[in-house]
Amino acid sequence: MLKKLCFLILLASTLISGCGKEREDAVKRKTDSAKFGDSIIEGSIGEPSNLIPILATDSSSHAIAGLIYNGLLKYDKNLNLTGDLAYKWEVSDDKKIITFHLRKGVKWHDDTEFTSKDVKFTYETIVDNNTPTAYDSDFRIIDKVETPDDYTVKVYYKTAYAPALSSWTIGILPYHKLKGVTITKSELQRSPIGTGPYKFKEWKSGLSITLEANDNYYEGRPNLDRYTMKIIPDTSTMFLELLNKNIDIMGLSPLQFAKQTSNPRFVSDYNKYSYLSNSYTYIGYNLKHKFLQDKRVRQALSYATPKEDIIKGVLFGLGVPADGPFKPGTIWYTDNVTKYKYDLEKAKHLLKEAGFDDKNGDGILEKDGVPFSITITTNQGNTTRSSIAEIIQHTWKKIGIKTEIRILEWATFITEYIDKRNFDVVILGWTIPMEPDPYDVWHSSRCGGKNLNFICYQNKEVDKLIEQGRIEFDLKKRSDIYHKISQILAEDQPYTFLFYPKALIALHKRFKNVEEAPAGIMHNFIDWYVEKDQRRYKLTR
Amino acid sequence: MLTYIVKRLFEMIPMLIGITLISFIVVNLAPGNPAQFLSSMNPKISETAYQKFINMYQLDKPVLERYWIWLKKLSRLDFGNSFASDQKPVLSKIAERLPVTIYLNLVSMILIIIISIPIGVLSAVYRNSLFDRITTVIVYIGFAVPTFWLAILCAYYFGVIKGWLPISGLTSYEFEDFSTLEKIYDVIWHSILPVGISVFGSIAGFSRFIKSSMMDAINEDYITAAYARGLSKNTVIFKHALRNALLPVITILGLSIPGLIGGSVIFESVFSIPGMGQLFYQSVMMRDYPVIMGILVIGSFLTLLGNLIADISYAIADPRIRYGKKK
Repeated sequence: MLKKLCFLILLASTLISGCGKEREDAVKRKTDSAKFGDSIIEGSIGEPSNLIPILATDSSSHAIAGLIYNGLLKYDKNLNLTGDLAYKWEVSDDKKIITFHLRKGVKWHDDTEFTSKDVKFTYETIVDNNTPTAYDSDFRIIDKVETPDDYTVKVYYKTAYAPALSSWTIGILPYHKLKGVTITKSELQRSPIGTGPYKFKEWKSGLSITLEANDNYYEGRPNLDRYTMKIIPDTSTMFLELLNKNIDIMGLSPLQFAKQTSNPRFVSDYNKYSYLSNSYTYIGYNLKHKFLQDKRVRQALSYATPKEDIIKGVLFGLGVPADGPFKPGTIWYTDNVTKYKYDLEKAKHLLKEAGFDDKNGDGILEKDGVPFSITITTNQGNTTRSSIAEIIQHTWKKIGIKTEIRILEWATFITEYIDKRNFDVVILGWTIPMEPDPYDVWHSSRCGGKNLNFICYQNKEVDKLIEQGRIEFDLKKRSDIYHKISQILAEDQPYTFLFYPKALIALHKRFKNVEEAPAGIMHNFIDWYVEKDQRRYKLTR
Repeated sequence: MLTYIVKRLFEMIPMLIGITLISFIVVNLAPGNPAQFLSSMNPKISETAYQKFINMYQLDKPVLERYWIWLKKLSRLDFGNSFASDQKPVLSKIAERLPVTIYLNLVSMILIIIISIPIGVLSAVYRNSLFDRITTVIVYIGFAVPTFWLAILCAYYFGVIKGWLPISGLTSYEFEDFSTLEKIYDVIWHSILPVGISVFGSIAGFSRFIKSSMMDAINEDYITAAYARGLSKNTVIFKHALRNALLPVITILGLSIPGLIGGSVIFESVFSIPGMGQLFYQSVMMRDYPVIMGILVIGSFLTLLGNLIADISYAIADPRIRYGKKK
């Protein structure tokens, strides 16, 4: 009888769990203790500044925080949003309420249980005026956050806002550790407590940060025992340390990747990976400039810019010509736009159409007696950009445009030139955020002050599309909107989109199960492992 | 003597105020501000962030008012908190980096003295000899070669090709698991390249200084007199000439006290040594005013103190110029 009852309960429970598609409980991946072991050492130029992710803006802080914390949502290997601490979410019909269903049984590193309280607390901390965070604007449009029970969070927005989902990828902070504490005085800045696959172990100031595998990670323990970030401020030294096998993974420069890492010794120890990075480099035009405000002039300059040659010469071929602000390989990108292949004849023709002519025969075009002479400005310390400036100086001269190059220290460049719109042409780059909303860079209202639309691009149609995209939760419809924006931008050429550079990584060969995907190689980091006989670091725990 | 020292110490206060006032203004004149570095040119960052940081760090107040606030805090020895996103107290940021810098500078300084004095003395005594010429060429090469370039070459040759020496840092990865003896050995092992290269670059200046000072001494009348009294060459040179030649060294040593807390950015970057040079450079690049000012205050205080110490030890070492006594 008892046996039967047990059987029935067992059957019922399997049936119930079989019905729902998503499992409520923490999903463990299959782990194999035989794969547990060894450490990985990563080289980093910069030292993380703060390990509470909402307080840091530098990439090395976020690299560490990414292993320690989880968000409610995360981006998967194909750069699509998927559940993390929330296993599913619903958007209400008026799109103003998002309900997150949290996983049960997720534990903080100090064994306290993760609940909806933590989520609410994280929201309250971000919008607190005393919190020096740079990420608050997406949270300020929230009306209120409710927690009906420990595993449900209801977020009420003042207006429908599609990028809101992406903002919940931010690391959730532990309520029980931070309540009543001034966040800037919290010890969690230096020894964080999260829910992620790695636990904080040690921070040696200026030298290294070490993390340790979290045995109780909700997806199952990561295979590698330890992760260490070694701070080596000089890239040449870092490369020598790589050759000496004192670090296992580092980002390479195009020169190192193409020319200095093909020798047999290197190849026998390291695998090289290259995939599109989340950024693009562009030539930006001051659209208030009397010559550059003419679309035909900008198209001419784009035709006179040899993108392919720049990629070959400056990046050793390790990049892809760019034609818009979205990343190829994501749903937001479209290939169906006007492209500007290097064509000096077309460029000359367009300039002539725009009324430029070389009347005095000095090789420089004029319009209404004013010679076409402009300055290309970029920041110091980026040799890629200064080389691009030299190349386009040369090719633009062929169509009769005289250019001067000015290279400035970053702070001076931004405050005195960009913010005051005191430039003709700049060479700069943008990171491409996972959340594609182009509002900040391309909307008319973002021109002026310290805003990011510093070239002052103003197109009513684009404005309308951007506004539509911000309230469209349907991925297909939203991507259609962005394809349209790409097409208009390609026609208007407010930027000459130059290239998407590749991320170049060298990784020691002993790491197995490394998978290249649109998101890079780190997406399945917790699944990397080293065969027993190849392990280098045996550490006593 | 004591009243003299106390008087000099009090004189340092207006001097320090003057130095800090000028530095504070100059540092603030540089384009850009810390808020901008935390918020600009990053599409992921909220537009309101800039103003928030400005208010938080009180950057909207006039420079002189901010200087006054800063000075009042300083008078209580409160150097404030860093503007960088780690928000640490300035003093603990400096304290973290100081030991490494002092260790390297002190060891280098001692080695430089040990090596330079014999070179300088011998070059002076055996002027224009083969030894003089060879050492001149070598020390000038050390002086002329850019340190970072030599450092990279040496790291590549001794570290990668030969594999004799570690390339960067001051400790091994497994440092924590070592015994005390192994730890000492490990640190010395890691110090060879950085110390060696910094010494090689600095011998020229110091040994040339000793040489000229020694040559001056050798040409003095009392040396001729000593020879005339029939003293041996060794006694004359090492007892009479050298003692007098070393007097100016005291000044140099006094003046290098502030140098002990300074570090070279490039050098520290190449060897991944978390020292003062990098801290200062990073704070300047980030316009982290409290840290910049903190380092400047400590540096200028040590400079003034070094001057004083040089003057005092001069008086002790040389009876002719003892304070309050006429020659």
